[in-house]
Amino acid sequence: MMLNLQIARMIAVRVASALATMLLVSIVVFAANFLMGGDVAEAILGQSATPEAVAGLRRAMNLDQPAYQRYLSWLFGLLAGDPGNSLINNMPVLDLIGPRLSNSLLLAGLTALVSVPVALVLGIAAATWRGSAFDRTISLVSIGIVSVPEFLVATLAVLVFAVMLHWLPALSSTRDIDSLSALLRVFAMPVLSLSCVIIAQMIRMTRAAVVDALASSYVETARLKGAGPVRIVLRHALPNAIGPIASAVALSLSVLMGGVIVVEIIFNYPGVAKLMVDAVATRDMPLVQTVAMIFCSSYLVLVTTADIIAILANPRLRHR
Amino acid sequence: MIGGVPSVSRRDVVRLLAAGGVATVLPGALAGCGVSDPRPPVKGGRLRVATNNSSTADTLDPAKQAVATDYCRCHMFYNGLTSLDEHSRAQLALAESIESRDATVWTVKLRRDVRFHDGKKLTADDVVYSLRRHADPAVGSKARVFASQFAEIRAMAPDEVRITLIAPNADLPVILGINNFQIIRDGTTDFTTANGTGPFRCKEYTPGVRSVSVRNEDYWRRPPHLGEVELFAIADENARVNALLSGDVDLINAINPRITKQLRRAGLEIFESKSGGFTDLVIRLDQAPGHNPDFVLGMKYLLDRATMRNAIFRDYAMLANDHPIPPTNPYFNPDLPQRPYDLDRARFHFRRAGLLGATVPIVTAPPAEKSDDIAVLMQASARKAGLNLDIRRVPADGYWANHWMKVPVGFGNVNARPTADIIFTQFFKSDAPWNESGWKNERFDRLLLEARADRDEGRRRAIYQEMQRMIHAQSGVGIPLFISTLDAHSPRLKGMRPMPQGGLMGGAFAEHVWLEDA
Repeated sequence: MMLNLQIARMIAVRVASALATMLLVSIVVFAANFLMGGDVAEAILGQSATPEAVAGLRRAMNLDQPAYQRYLSWLFGLLAGDPGNSLINNMPVLDLIGPRLSNSLLLAGLTALVSVPVALVLGIAAATWRGSAFDRTISLVSIGIVSVPEFLVATLAVLVFAVMLHWLPALSSTRDIDSLSALLRVFAMPVLSLSCVIIAQMIRMTRAAVVDALASSYVETARLKGAGPVRIVLRHALPNAIGPIASAVALSLSVLMGGVIVVEIIFNYPGVAKLMVDAVATRDMPLVQTVAMIFCSSYLVLVTTADIIAILANPRLRHR
Repeated sequence: MIGGVPSVSRRDVVRLLAAGGVATVLPGALAGCGVSDPRPPVKGGRLRVATNNSSTADTLDPAKQAVATDYCRCHMFYNGLTSLDEHSRAQLALAESIESRDATVWTVKLRRDVRFHDGKKLTADDVVYSLRRHADPAVGSKARVFASQFAEIRAMAPDEVRITLIAPNADLPVILGINNFQIIRDGTTDFTTANGTGPFRCKEYTPGVRSVSVRNEDYWRRPPHLGEVELFAIADENARVNALLSGDVDLINAINPRITKQLRRAGLEIFESKSGGFTDLVIRLDQAPGHNPDFVLGMKYLLDRATMRNAIFRDYAMLANDHPIPPTNPYFNPDLPQRPYDLDRARFHFRRAGLLGATVPIVTAPPAEKSDDIAVLMQASARKAGLNLDIRRVPADGYWANHWMKVPVGFGNVNARPTADIIFTQFFKSDAPWNESGWKNERFDRLLLEARADRDEGRRRAIYQEMQRMIHAQSGVGIPLFISTLDAHSPRLKGMRPMPQGGLMGGAFAEHVWLEDA
């Protein structure tokens, strides 16, 4: 009862602060877009942007309205469920985002599916046998991998598996997927490139959290009671380490929405990160704002989920 | 094949006038596909093409097309009244004839066997709508400058349009062959798909993602060989090349000259299109230090064209002589001596300008192709001639709006233009929108109008050659080289022919090529 109430209260507070955060973010992004200089009329005309052509196009696109007015009309549109049309190609922003968001979610989901279990198992194992050759190997390898930028992993993977061996396609198109093996072929390299970096991060955080818990007095007690090392880790240390681990996992996964631009470009994978880059390059305000809201809310959802997991896993709360 | 289509070049207009308005039919100047390949074209198959540039700004509106990706798509879906051949001459396309007695009032007769993809017959109303909309700033047309010459566009009959110009221009048939003047259906405002008269129908299109086109079996010319074309962009050059090497795509554009050897070794074919495009040194004549003619001349002598051609472009470029007319153009002036790379003369002029030992900033950016490499070579030469060039690299974003034509010394990039008149009008006339160096010369402006209205080919050539001499000597623009456009493709792709309009056959490849093993 107490637990449910606490979670309910936390969620309510979180949702309220999330909405406030998103409002703030939307204002900051709009201001940044404004400060960047240039506008969509100049972007459309490019080299042929003569002053009078730009002026005419601005008038036609209502860009001569005051900035706050354009911001408010976008905001009210969003609240009504319609963030408007892209300024650059006049298509509904939702139509542009829809398929690419599901692509991004698919890639992020598959990467999480692969990387989280691997990272947790290796991290916990390293903590259990800390100081052993196994632990030191894991630490060394994960530091090594975390220092290799993902574009290098991705480019090398393409060179080896696509260009030299011809095992995998160099490009990842979700349209080519008609079977499980096709799914594996299409996603093997992008998921590998993304996993490398975030697995290494998560291993290190997981190991640190479990090692921390193992140093506590209740683990000492359990050890004195004669519990074996595996039981000590799984039964006593891990439940207390789940909170920090969940936060670490959430942080690592939050990168998978907006932060995968390199992988999207190398594998020509149409996700939301490239969409955001396009939108910023063309000063496409409604699209920039809406994608920013998606990044912001996905981050907030992940962090809130991590907090809820931490509360649920905390033995002191659970056994009350 | 477009062989057998009547041709309208400026010569024909002249002859057409002499003959009293009877169109002259020439044998088609476009060579038939497969001349270089003994085996006949194969029908069918799906071609995957990766270009270098695609974003949410992709467009199927002919008026707005701006990058290679747009050109390729629009060429698949639309036709113009004319199209440009390998000599940049106009060939009739949707127009059956184009005639004028005075080069001011033009009568365009339309073909009667042309239908849009939705089945509607092509009529004069479609042409009037397509040409008139360029004047509306809300359309954001890239060809607005050309359209400003149209005084009136009227439908005279269902298959006849009359175009009246504000002043005589014998080049109108060529202008109508510019991509942006492709014909759309009367009243079209929605460009989420394409409804044109072109060789392919639009099956799928998402800006910034890809397009899929399928053969238009009812095409008014011979339908294309390819069954389907998937077109998307891979902006990253390495990724684009890797996709070709791995066989994921069969044709890519914008190849760096550096990797041509590697691609050849891998059994791929390099496709060079010699064109009149260039990256130019731009010195503002209305600002210091460019207001001093000695500085400008000294800078032009710093251009080590031979080294640039070899080291930066691996010989995929032609020497230029500080004016915009390439040697392949019939109006090229062969008598104008090539300006040499001469450090002594550069030093002499810098001394006269009082700039020996001075430091001058020079702005480079990625959109001005290879400007950085060119500036680095110039910097080394300048040091030897007693001038310090301080290279300032600025980002691509906002370059055209914020830096180009504003900084005292910088770079521009100009795509090939089909006629001498167009390039002079757009870039060198005193009131040209892109008079990059701010060069003003009344005599040049007068000569330009004189040549435009003149029907005598010999006099026109003499005038254009004189104009080249004037730009070479006086303008603030230094043009070191004409840069070839490089594409690469797998050997199974056949039928590619270089066009001066740019890479990928000026964007028109899809109608002409085939897959050998389709």
